[in-house]
Amino acid sequence: MAHAQTSHAPSDKYYVPHSSPWPIVGSVSLFTTVVGVALWLNHVNAGPWVFALGLAMVVFMFVRWFGDVIRESESRLYNEAVDRSFRMGMMWFIFSEVMFFAAFFGALFYARQFSIPWLGGEGVKVFTNLLLWKDYENAWPSNGPADVGGDFEVIPAFGLPAINTAILLLSGVTITIAHHALKAGNRKVLNIFLAATFLLGFLFIVLQAEEYMHAYHELNLTLGSGVYGSTFFMLTGFHGFHVTVGAIMLTVIWFRCLKGHFTPTHHFAFEGVAWYWHFVDVVWLILFVFVYWL
Amino acid sequence: MAHTHEAAHHADDHSHDHHGPEKGWRRWVYATNHKDIGTMYLVFSLIMFFVGGTMALVIRAELFQPGLQLVDPMFFNSMTTMHALVMIFGAVMPAFVGLANWMVPLQIGAPDMALPRMNNFSFWIMPFAFTLLLSTLFVPGGAPAGGWTMYPPLVLQNGTSFPMLIFAVHLMGASSIMGAINVVVTIMNMRAPGMSLLKMPLFVWSWLITAYLLVAVMPVLAGAVTMLLTDHYFGTTFFEAAGGGDPVMFQHIFWFFGHPEVYIMILPAFGVVSEIIPTFSRKPLFGYDAMVYATASIAFLSFIVWAHHMFTVGMPLAGQLFFMLATMLIAVPTGVKVFNWTATMFKGSISFEPPMLFALSFLFLFTIGGFSGLMLAIVPADFQYHDTYFVVAHFHYVLVPGAIFGIMAAVYYWLPKWTGHMYNNKLATWHFWLSTIFVNVLFFPQHFLGLAGMPRRIPDYSTQFADWNMVSSIGAFGFGLSQLLFAYIVWQTARGGVKASAKVWDTATPHGLEWTLSSPPPYHSFEVAPEVK
Amino acid sequence: AWDLNMPVGVTELSRDIHGLHMLIFWICVIIAFAVFGMMIYSIVKFRHSQGAVPAKFDHSTRAEIVWTIIPVAILVGMAIPAAETLIRIEDTRNSELTIKVTGYQWKWQYEYLDQKVSFFSTLARDSDAARQLDSGIDPQTVEHYLLNVDKPLVVPEDTKVRVLLTSADVIHAWWVPAFGMKKDAIPGFVNELWFNAEEPGIYRGQCAELCGRDHGFMPVVVDVRPKAEYEAWLKAQQGGESAPAQAAVEKINDGAATEVVAKAE
Ligand code: HEA
Ligand code: HEA
Ligand code: CUA
Ligand SMILES: [Cu+2]
Repeated sequence: MAHAQTSHAPSDKYYVPHSSPWPIVGSVSLFTTVVGVALWLNHVNAGPWVFALGLAMVVFMFVRWFGDVIRESESRLYNEAVDRSFRMGMMWFIFSEVMFFAAFFGALFYARQFSIPWLGGEGVKVFTNLLLWKDYENAWPSNGPADVGGDFEVIPAFGLPAINTAILLLSGVTITIAHHALKAGNRKVLNIFLAATFLLGFLFIVLQAEEYMHAYHELNLTLGSGVYGSTFFMLTGFHGFHVTVGAIMLTVIWFRCLKGHFTPTHHFAFEGVAWYWHFVDVVWLILFVFVYWL
Repeated sequence: MAHTHEAAHHADDHSHDHHGPEKGWRRWVYATNHKDIGTMYLVFSLIMFFVGGTMALVIRAELFQPGLQLVDPMFFNSMTTMHALVMIFGAVMPAFVGLANWMVPLQIGAPDMALPRMNNFSFWIMPFAFTLLLSTLFVPGGAPAGGWTMYPPLVLQNGTSFPMLIFAVHLMGASSIMGAINVVVTIMNMRAPGMSLLKMPLFVWSWLITAYLLVAVMPVLAGAVTMLLTDHYFGTTFFEAAGGGDPVMFQHIFWFFGHPEVYIMILPAFGVVSEIIPTFSRKPLFGYDAMVYATASIAFLSFIVWAHHMFTVGMPLAGQLFFMLATMLIAVPTGVKVFNWTATMFKGSISFEPPMLFALSFLFLFTIGGFSGLMLAIVPADFQYHDTYFVVAHFHYVLVPGAIFGIMAAVYYWLPKWTGHMYNNKLATWHFWLSTIFVNVLFFPQHFLGLAGMPRRIPDYSTQFADWNMVSSIGAFGFGLSQLLFAYIVWQTARGGVKASAKVWDTATPHGLEWTLSSPPPYHSFEVAPEVK
Repeated sequence: AWDLNMPVGVTELSRDIHGLHMLIFWICVIIAFAVFGMMIYSIVKFRHSQGAVPAKFDHSTRAEIVWTIIPVAILVGMAIPAAETLIRIEDTRNSELTIKVTGYQWKWQYEYLDQKVSFFSTLARDSDAARQLDSGIDPQTVEHYLLNVDKPLVVPEDTKVRVLLTSADVIHAWWVPAFGMKKDAIPGFVNELWFNAEEPGIYRGQCAELCGRDHGFMPVVVDVRPKAEYEAWLKAQQGGESAPAQAAVEKINDGAATEVVAKAE
């Protein structure tokens, strides 16, 4: 923070923060968090508490770290080059997220294209069916030849999921309107449409929670419903988690807008979050098609 | 070039408002400086190399003769597993990130890395990740023992250590992804004016491509181990036939990460060698463009060959054929690189300073490792080689005299630049010869063992394998001890010694911006962006 | 023993594999001669200490094209015989005997599907005693240390034997080097391999996929006998009683193509 007071015109020089305690706090927090979960999974009583402590530290770290960044940004310490670094960094981060989801989509496709048909005796693995899973037939959805988790029903695509699709698509529109308003300097439209965006995001999460309750209580569709349940809940679950994170980020950005942060030309944080939101949106569309619909 | 002009204009006030390093521990713990962080990465990596190497010595000591003399089979399996994880994620990858931290800003004329705080974050996660991983050695049931490949269902039999393993991998992944993003962004955004992509030094190029691979595959590994976790604790059945999953599915996902991973461990070494050979051949690198395209082709191909690690799992014929052909293709761009290095030396004027010695050893021994890789790619032959010491020999040839020698060559090349001191040339030459001789004594016989039928990952073997195992173990201890010399040389040079000039290699022809700065370079590397013509 | 190379096996496939192995080996050696020769020549000839003056050239598109095309041609030359062999390896049709092999931690179960014979095969006692930590027994004194079992798999010579592989717990791999065949035994799935041993004898291999604590101690031993002896052995094993044959197994034994079996089901 040594430079915070210097000038108000964007610097021509690349801003290199002098030193920062937040990364090490972050490392310790992440460590505490995962140690907490590991203890928990190993049935150590302190586990959940350590985990909660870690999470609290993570939140604290983010608040302080990003607080520093916001202050520096508002002090105009970041020139165009720094802004570009943030943009590129965000793009690559989103790409890494795409690959994370790709792993789970890969599992879904593998199960549908290979393992379930093989267990059902198709392709090269006839004996798998003949000798081990005699009465099993290739079908999707499936909880596998051992009927893991018992009979279940699936959630039809054109009910709640379709509504959720509409909600997310709509939120994609509202954030674009907000973005244009920001660029046009129209703060009022910006604030209203940004609020609409995160409200739609939270609505999505509420409906998704509703859907999960329905699945668990009425359809007997659970995480343990064979490979269908596994892929269904892991994909929609991680997606839901990302929506939650995205909606929180939108909320933070909204408060910053209310405080008058950002200018028509200088608003990386807004754009970063918007990209993230679009990414979450696109993942949902793929999910809708391959998890719910086809 | 308005930008440069202005930068020059402001140069004076900058030197005032920039501080030197922080005092005491804060300098390291709160670091944002690419050189400090680079140094921490390199020191961390060296420590991990010794930790992983000690585990390798436990393995080689047990395998010195038939019969179990020293360790329980379960502990042996833990050693194999931990040795690999420590060497790959703790030694080789951080060493390359450390080199990138030091050299990328210097080579592209940047003041620092693009995202300095995140840089610190990606480093400091590592010690914690390895604290978590190494502490499994002391938990009930022992450390993970299912191999570094973590195949289910076996890996699910690990007890207390299991979630620790998974989370350690998550942390390492997070660190690598952040480190890689930093490198990509630095290269794409921070180049000095005039340095177009095709003017970048090859070390920078190879890291750009490596970083891309890292961002693409580390999240896939994170996904794979997350599925292991939920299969173990939350009732999912990704990798269980009863629920419609398949243990082999894990292998596909793992190797989709795992194969690019092995190129992550060799491409930066290619970059290093591409810097060193021209310098000490006193001749420009032959075929710069071809080198860049070859590296990119290797990276591209690395995404479509993963199942060559799984030829024996019972894939459909078409799959086996496809993965065999794609794998063989990688020999072509790799060959292009080997030929270009050779052509660089041809009609040069070669001298044999320690970095060049290591680069030459790399050239010969990596190629041998590449040949055995090619043999492994031939599916019917792989049915015999798979899971034998022939594979162990293959990958140690590409990893030890490949990746590790690449790192050592880089250290001997740039250490005077980093510290401002020249190291003891004679000791370094000794280190080279001992390493090169012993690494062959250590790993060459493993080809014979594998061909004769010795499986890998076994704590004890039938008597027919006794002789070569003994030779290999002797080589291991010789090689390990020689590395103490390396640590000593680095330590001694950091402490002091003959002053190194800015160019360091005055009698040779080093190219690149790093040689325009003093040795050691100023705390903030290029306050004023140099102009590249 | 100071063995250097892969031994030649006793099946046609294993000999073909050995041939492939030698072919690619020698190709690599020849390339190595050329490449290393060039490197050594440069290192020796163009030494700075001998006053060598560096040339200035730094690229040649023609050279790049040449050293791209030649390796491609060599690789094609290797791929063709490899693919041809692989296709024969994968052809399990028309086998005369089918044995189901199940991996357990840490033993093998052999089931002669249509003969109602089934037994386990574990590490031989003497090896097991000697391999304990600090057993005090010198492995050199144990015959076939770690490569001997209490009860080997017995098969007839000159017979196409199909092995159906699966596992009861973790992944194992069944491997007999002399047959050139190795395949994973995966829980919940069945893999196939086949061999046709031409000479009677006892052939030894090991589990080749890490399967936990005693992965190093679950050998595979196959006793190939002349047909008549095999029949006699089988009779003795069956000992009269017979379980009802499985319909699936009979179909397998028709010698029909696996695809046909699948359709029939
Ligand atoms: C730095 C790491 C690295 C590198 C660079 C490579 C490079 C290659 N690897 Fe290797 N490999 C590993 C690390 C690496 N590998 C590891 C760690 C494993 C085991 C993992 C485990 O199971 O634990 C493994 C395992 C492995 C297997 C699986 C074996 C098995 O388990 O059965 C295979 C199979 O195809 C393979 C192939 C190759 C090939 C074809 C290359 C090629 O890239 C090599 C190309 C280079 C050359 C060929 C030499 C130079 C070329 C010329 C001089 C041109 C002319 C040549 C010809 C035309 C022949 N590797
Ligand atoms: C970059 C990666 C890397 C590196 C550098 C190494 C380095 C070494 N490896 Fe490693 N190895 C792997 C990656 C690597 N390995 C992988 C991926 C596997 C597969 C694991 C699996 O199957 O899951 C493996 C497996 C593996 C095996 C097979 C184990 C088995 O199948 O059960 C063996 C056996 O010889 C071995 C040996 C060695 C040795 C002797 C070294 C040496 O080069 C190490 C040299 C370094 C030192 C020795 C340390 C320095 C010195 C000291 C500590 C001072 C004290 C010294 C003395 C007292 C003598 N390794
Ligand atoms: Cu069974 Cu290894
Ligand atoms: Cu590979």
